[in-house]
Amino acid sequence: MNINKQFPRALEDEAIFILREVAAQFEKPAILFSGGKDSITLVRLAQKAFFPGKIPFPLVHVDTGHNFPETTDFRDKLAAELGVELIIRNVEDSIKAGKVKEETGKYASRNALQTVTLLDTIEEFKFDACIGGARRDEEKARAKERIFSVRNDFGEWDAKKQRPELFDMLNGKIDLGENVRVFPISNWTELDVWNYIKAENLEIPSIYFAHEREVFDRDGMIWSDSEFINKSEDEIPYKTIVRFRTVGDMTCTAAVSSTADNIDTIIEEILEAEISERGARIDDKRSEAAMEKRKQQGYF
Amino acid sequence: MDILRIATAGSVDDGKSTLIGRLLFETQSITKDKIEALKAASQRKGLDFVDLSLLTDGLIAEREQGITIDVAHIYFNTPTRKYIIADTPGHFEYTRNMVTGASNASVSIILIDARNGVGEQTRRHFYISSLLEIKNVVVAVNKMDLVHYAESRYDEIKNDFFELSDKLRKPNQNITFIPISSLYGENIVVKSDKMPWYSGESLLGILEGVAPEDIDSAVLPFRFPVQHVIRPKSEEYHDFRGYSGKIASGQINKGDMVAALPSQQTSKVKEILKYTDSLDSAHQTESVVITLEDNIDISRGNMLVKFGEQPELKKQINARICWMDTEPMKVGKGYLVQHGINRVKAKVASIDSRLEISTFEESENVDELKLNQIGEVSFKLAAHIFADNFEANPGNGAFIIIDEFNNNTVGVGFVK
Repeated sequence: MNINKQFPRALEDEAIFILREVAAQFEKPAILFSGGKDSITLVRLAQKAFFPGKIPFPLVHVDTGHNFPETTDFRDKLAAELGVELIIRNVEDSIKAGKVKEETGKYASRNALQTVTLLDTIEEFKFDACIGGARRDEEKARAKERIFSVRNDFGEWDAKKQRPELFDMLNGKIDLGENVRVFPISNWTELDVWNYIKAENLEIPSIYFAHEREVFDRDGMIWSDSEFINKSEDEIPYKTIVRFRTVGDMTCTAAVSSTADNIDTIIEEILEAEISERGARIDDKRSEAAMEKRKQQGYF
Repeated sequence: MDILRIATAGSVDDGKSTLIGRLLFETQSITKDKIEALKAASQRKGLDFVDLSLLTDGLIAEREQGITIDVAHIYFNTPTRKYIIADTPGHFEYTRNMVTGASNASVSIILIDARNGVGEQTRRHFYISSLLEIKNVVVAVNKMDLVHYAESRYDEIKNDFFELSDKLRKPNQNITFIPISSLYGENIVVKSDKMPWYSGESLLGILEGVAPEDIDSAVLPFRFPVQHVIRPKSEEYHDFRGYSGKIASGQINKGDMVAALPSQQTSKVKEILKYTDSLDSAHQTESVVITLEDNIDISRGNMLVKFGEQPELKKQINARICWMDTEPMKVGKGYLVQHGINRVKAKVASIDSRLEISTFEESENVDELKLNQIGEVSFKLAAHIFADNFEANPGNGAFIIIDEFNNNTVGVGFVK
């Protein structure tokens, strides 16, 4: 068997160790859960880390209101199956409260607005650790982030002041009001996640598999047609077979033309892909430092 | 599938980031959109070539100054294995980040600029590689294109390097030398025709030849720091009490007699669990849950060891320290020591010596250690830790030092 289709088990041992450290070092941790493949992987790891006990963290979703219904349905179903508390907070409410302003124009997205809702949610529940499924291979600013990433009162990330992380020793000591973002699958690649989903036989939302969808073309990418996107007159929707390689909200995630309709063909496709995973994230394309700038402000 | 973890080190402008960019580029690990982005960014900077270092220098400040400030982690696969590279800064003031990046590595690549030869940073990087017990050191003499691919220059650097390394070299350490040009891709993935006098393999060839982590876990003592006690108290698992953790060293079998530290109470291993699987044995680096035949008092920070293999319980430790904070370490000051997951209060009893990197001599009578300095320190601890000598058992011999007031990780220690 092609070695690149095997999952390196050492990555699972490492992630489970990190999750147990979170349970031990923090008072009120939460898993940030979007219903996407990385957060599904996280939930599986948490299930394994504390078995036969229950997952000792609630799942938190900051909903932009523009998410794919397939993912939010999946989110609700998984939380119910596991019997874990699901906390949902809406960007819509932050807009109504006048805390953020809806973007306008062709590229209007609520992706950046999520940060404010997330920081409010952290404050509301006094979460001291938020576990996320971000990986270092996704983007070069993420490649610089620690496993325990300390954020100040305002949720800001200071890249120059990161704590050294030596061996596997994690220092989660913080002052009141500060919080830590925890990334247990930091060292996984996109391929590792898919190989894990396969090895563990995990269920994932249907939009990851090839399906027929109403789409339109913009900037060389395939956009899913929806009421949340401001189309111009020459952007004419048509039906075709696509799948999603990464799932954010509908305004910032592009589809890929693909007929991969099961996990094996998806893995084949990724092994041969010429475009990176975040190449389908419109939010990263805003500038070379788009991710670092969002992170400084408290983005995940 | 096995994973090989590599750390790269070199001075500013030795070309580390370019080297890694080259490795990724030539192993087809960079996707089209990333290459396009690199081309555009290189053009914006007014360069007439594709600057591969922009791939790893992920922070705005790094791209501005053209230097690496913080550790970046980079991933690629070959048909043999998965590679994780920690690209560490070369600049003196970021040496602590180098120690951080190298702490998990089993190969260290030290870069030397062929024009400049062996310098203070080379000495420092080799010292740190040895301090961390990294078994495989690859010394890459880069920018050979700028010295006309001359064998004589390469030999000169090699001799200089061995002169310094002989003083520190560990008996089981492999040191491999290679001449390269990362800018032009000479000897990176395929062998260069510019240097026919070099008989060794390409850099990737050398890495592919490194044996997978061959720690013989059977010969090391079993050390299991308890992270978290699992007590579901559910109907189905009413009396279940499991000790979760990642095995720091050695291995354990079902039925083995174990002792809990510090209580010294003993029991027998009933089950070794990995989720729903019950295993016969488990070894170093595996995350498991252990249940015992008897209910004994064990909580987080305690350690399970095999009966008869107990480490010395220490309340006073001597350790080699690498200091990582701008505020110096001072005699008499209190800190927290975190050995594995076990945190105890500590006080610096004395700083016994400080290393002079330029000579590898130890100077005595010192009262503080400054940022990036290395020295030997004695601590008094408020409670026992269960550490081994780092050289003998690296998995259970290191600790970090935390400043109680600002919560930062301010140093790392290697138990003597």
